[in-house]
Amino acid sequence: MPPLLFYLFALITLGFGFLVVTGRNPVTCALALAASFVGLAALFLSLDAYFIGVIQILVYAGAVMVLFLFIIMLLDIKTEEGKKLNVPAIVSGVLLAVLLTLQIIAVVGSTELANKTSQNTPLALAEAAGKIGKAALPTITNDLKAGTLPDAKLIGFTLFDQYGFHLQVIGLLLLVGTIGVVVLSKRERSAP
Amino acid sequence: MITLGHYLVVSGMLFSLGLAGVIARRNIIIVYMCLEMMLSAANLALVGFSRFHLVNGLPDYTAQSLVFFTITVAAAEVAVGLAIIVALFRSKQSVDVESVTKLQG
Repeated sequence: MPPLLFYLFALITLGFGFLVVTGRNPVTCALALAASFVGLAALFLSLDAYFIGVIQILVYAGAVMVLFLFIIMLLDIKTEEGKKLNVPAIVSGVLLAVLLTLQIIAVVGSTELANKTSQNTPLALAEAAGKIGKAALPTITNDLKAGTLPDAKLIGFTLFDQYGFHLQVIGLLLLVGTIGVVVLSKRERSAP
Repeated sequence: MITLGHYLVVSGMLFSLGLAGVIARRNIIIVYMCLEMMLSAANLALVGFSRFHLVNGLPDYTAQSLVFFTITVAAAEVAVGLAIIVALFRSKQSVDVESVTKLQG
């Protein structure tokens, strides 16, 4: 990815993220969050993680944001106007954020690992086809030989080959979450 | 040239923004949005490490499986959290964090 595009999408992600934190109107915040997630999805695509980028848009910018907007409009939340700002919380929040950012920049700047680029660690698709060999499905090795990265197929293969049990636990978590939501939002019946 | 460090710094800044929002904002729904931002920032770091840690010449798909699980858990968390917010709004008629002080000593 050209450096210019990286900076553009990083700016979209962080700029709209800043708008989420500072916005007064909850609807503005929700829409800014959606835009921020779209920028983040573009960064995922630039890291050759196509499947993750697509589900980032589908799940976050689609489903989660619709849920947020639905709740904001259902509860009819007004812009918090005229309320005095919570100065100690704002000062401590900004201070903590700045300290954490500086710390992360210092750690990243002091490690050799951070100097890896897509040029000095290129993907070796044709070699990978030979190395994976019989362990993978023929459809994956065929794609690798053709010089394309079968991203979704490889994630699916990893999930079902190594993390089958974890996948079932996640399914159970979603079921429990669904039941919990129904129980929580059920109106308590008044005594007859 | 864009290095892994660039992605990690963007991820760290997004996480810090979310953290500042969680601490400073008083609207529970916006606090929730900032939590989502922090989860996504962690995802960005994971995907960055995945791309630059090659296994057999391919990205490390273990990390991307973890991102998949994180996104699933975040979606479940949002559903449950928003249900709690609706229940809270029903009893307090407010989404301000300072209206919920029942557990305060």
